[in-house]
Order: sequence, then structure tokens, then C-alpha cells
Amino acid sequence: MNALAANARVVRALGMRSIRQTFRRPQLLAPILVFPTLLLAIQTGGAGGAIELPGFPQVQSFLQFMLAGAMMQSLMLAGNSGGIALAVDIEMGFTDRLFSSPIPRFAIVLGRLAGTAALGLFASLWFLAIGLAFGATIEAGVAGALLAMFLVTSCALAVGGIGAAIALRTGSASVVQGLFPLVLVVLFLSSAFFPQELMIEPAKTIAQYNPLSFVVEGIREPMISGIHASDTLYALLAILGIVVLGLVLSDRALRHRLRVG
Amino acid sequence: MEATAATIPGRAPVAIPAWRANLATIWALMARAKNELVRVPGAAIPGVLAPTIFFLGLNGVFGALTQLRGFETGAYESFIVPVSMLQGAGFTGAAAGVNLARDFEQGWVDRLLVSPAPRWVLLAGNVLAASARALIPATFVLTIALILGAGFPGVDGLLVTYFMVAAMAAVAACWGSFLALRFKSQSAAPLMQAGTMALILTTTAYAPLALLQGWLQDVARVNPVTKVVEAARQGFVGGVTWADTWPGMLALAGLLAVLGGLALREMRRTAL
Repeated sequence: MNALAANARVVRALGMRSIRQTFRRPQLLAPILVFPTLLLAIQTGGAGGAIELPGFPQVQSFLQFMLAGAMMQSLMLAGNSGGIALAVDIEMGFTDRLFSSPIPRFAIVLGRLAGTAALGLFASLWFLAIGLAFGATIEAGVAGALLAMFLVTSCALAVGGIGAAIALRTGSASVVQGLFPLVLVVLFLSSAFFPQELMIEPAKTIAQYNPLSFVVEGIREPMISGIHASDTLYALLAILGIVVLGLVLSDRALRHRLRVG
Repeated sequence: MEATAATIPGRAPVAIPAWRANLATIWALMARAKNELVRVPGAAIPGVLAPTIFFLGLNGVFGALTQLRGFETGAYESFIVPVSMLQGAGFTGAAAGVNLARDFEQGWVDRLLVSPAPRWVLLAGNVLAASARALIPATFVLTIALILGAGFPGVDGLLVTYFMVAAMAAVAACWGSFLALRFKSQSAAPLMQAGTMALILTTTAYAPLALLQGWLQDVARVNPVTKVVEAARQGFVGGVTWADTWPGMLALAGLLAVLGGLALREMRRTAL
């Protein structure tokens, strides 16, 4: 077997382990699915009247508008949960055992990220199903749904990289868990839940420059109007930026972990 | 009246009335919770931070909702701040459940259960400690809101809001304790948090009842916590009246009776 295939097997095995771990532990799965679904339901019912506000984009329903925000919240929390699980592995010595095995170091991180990406894909399917079940339409059809799924999955991978970097650097599950509120802050300061033009200052200005706003608009546009090349491109560039940041941070953190043990 | 023999080191045993012994036990359990807070101040941060983030986030994101016809106030921060204070109470109450589950895992509850203290006293210590702790996030969120321009609810409005917050924390602590005693594991934590979050947010939390959409309007109409939210909010959006206060108090009494009863039943079953 060549080295590439062997590495792919390791990544696949570790990725499957991370998915199984999430589905076996309710405390890891609940933030990824239960909380965003609960918030989606409540915000749709609570703030649904907002579509009558002047300046609100033309949408079929507030649920259709909110689906992208729920996916975004879910993928961010999947990244955070992936970081927590990696930190638990470090605390329990599992990562040390992997470090001493004859597999490349990057495969250990990549395995965790593959699991996070798979959870992102699952979350996108979950929320698309919920949206369709409750009457939301995907304006760009199957192609739009596939584009949204691709963006959610790749963004989950990107955000997971940052979670993994923090886990590798600190080696503490409670520190990574402590970032949970920060995830909410970053989301609230983006256009995930409301049109940026209708937000209140200073959230409005911050949302304008928040890379997550570009990602969420890229996911939302196929659902509420159609596929726009510019929105998709901006979303891809934002995800690429987060991927690069995650890779650089993970690389440094991995070196640090190997040095300090 | 029933009396209990109490032993103070260096003195002869004295008989004290049972109610005093119970009060002393409750006080000791509350002091233990307070010590936890003093010794690990970081433990209180998530409980304070989460409702504050929700308050700032919801205000920044949904602030424009006040432009809708039928909204009771032009300042969304005034409308949402009592909800965030109640959310803080919910998080604090759920945390009391998580702490109880942790005590279970570490064997501390087993030691409490072999003590001669009545079961309701053990539960009351945990629940009342949560009520007292809930005042910290509530005060923090309120201070931030007042700085950002929320209207001062008046002394009567403030007293009603704080009463609702403390009692809501007790309700959430009963729910958390019930689950902790049922599952005996911290893994039940998401259920404790999601339960209180759902109870508080499926009300008129985001908008007045008339502006809620579909199923949420139906649920909010029958959810007893809607009355609690309305009672806590009245001083922020208008005047305080008895007519808006007593339904909230009644709802809390009912929730406390049901969830407290369930928690107590679990505690008695645990002791068997």
C-alpha cells in the first residue's frame, strides 16, 4: 500500500471515531443540533414579523431566511465540539499514543477535521430537511442546496481547524469549552440572524467586515433568490482565509505540543 | 415539638428544635455553594457571560423589531433585558443541577443521604443557593442594559423583577436537580440547559404575543413562564400593577410545586 492510501486510511479511521464519539455523547451532539434547532424554531416564531420591515430582503418566509444562520451556528459549534473532543483526547493521553505511532502528525489533526466536516455536512442536511419539512423553498433548487451543503461542510472544516489549534495549544477541554460564548458573540456580530442593513450599531458595522457574514450570505443566497457568482466567490474567499488561519495556528500548536509533550 | 440533639465540639449535647436544625442545614448547604463561588470565581463567568451575550446580541440583531406596529416600547433593550435576567436565572438553576450531578459522581450526595437531615431540606439548600446566585448575572445584565439606555423600571418594578428572577432560578434548579437525581450524571447537563432555555424563550421573549408567529404564539399563550416574563418586564415598558404581577407569582408557585415535587420524589427514590 502506498503512503498516501495509508494516510487516507488513518484520516478516515480517526474521522469515523470522531463522528461516533459525537453521536455517543449527548453533551457533544446537543450543542450542534439541539440548540441551533431550538433557536431556529424560537427565532422564526419570535421575530418572524421582521419580514414586514422596510428594507428586509424579499423572502418566502423568515424560516427560509434563517436556515443559513442555523447552519452557520451549527457548524461553528461543531468546530468547537471537535476542539473539546481533541482536548479530552490530549487530557486522557490518547493523542500521546497517536504521536508515538508510525503515522504522520498532520493525519491526527486531519482525522479530527474530517469528523468535524462530516458533522457540518450532517448539519446542513438536517437543516435543509427541517426547512423543506416546514414549507421553506430553495429558490436555486438542487444546485443551490448542493452549493449550500458544500459551503457549510468546508466552513465546518475551516472553523474546526481553529478549534483544533486551540485544543493543541492549551490541551485543556475546559478552555476550549470556555470559547462557547465567543462563538455566539462572533455569530451575533455577523448577518447570520438578520439582514446587516437592519442591524443596530455597532453590530451593523462589525457585521459588514466579519468574514462569517460573507459565508452566511453565500449559503443564504441560493435559498432565498438564486446562485450569484459574486456571493459564492466572497464566501469561498472567506472560508479560504479561515482555512489558512486554522492551518497556520494548528501547525504552530502541533509543534508546541510535540515540544512540551 | 420534635427536637434534635446537636453536638458542638467542647460542649455537652443540647436539644434544638427540628426547624432550627433544618434551617442550619439549609444555611450550611447555601454556604457551601457560596464558598464554591468565592474559591472558584471563574465558575460563575459562563452564567454571567451567556445572558449578557444574549442581551447584547439580541439587542444588536433584532433591535429593529420595535418598528413593527403593535410593539409596546420603542427601546428593544428595555423589552429584552428582563428576558436576559430570567435567562441568567435559568442558566444558574441548570448549573445547580449540574453541580448536584457532579456531587453524585464524586460520592458527596451519598454522604448527605446518610445524614439525618430530611430530604426536602437537602433539596431546599441546593435550590435556595441557586436563587441567591441568580442575582449576580441579573444585576450584571441589568447594569449593562441601563448603561446602554434601558429605562429604569422604578423601585417597585425592580423588586418585582428580582423576585421573578430568584423564583425562576429556584424553578430551574428544581428541574436541574430532578434530572441530576434521575440520571446521576453530568451528561444530562444539555437537557437541563435546553429545558430551561426552551421554557423561557417560548414566551413573549422576542416580541409581544400579537406579533409572534404560528406555533410560538400558541405555545406562548399556554406557557406559564409567559406570565413570569410579563410580570418581570412590566416596570421596564410601563407601570407596575398587581394585575400583571399575581399571574407571574401564581405561575411560579405552580412550577415550583410540580418540579419541586418531582425532584423530591427522585431524591426519596434515590435514598431507597
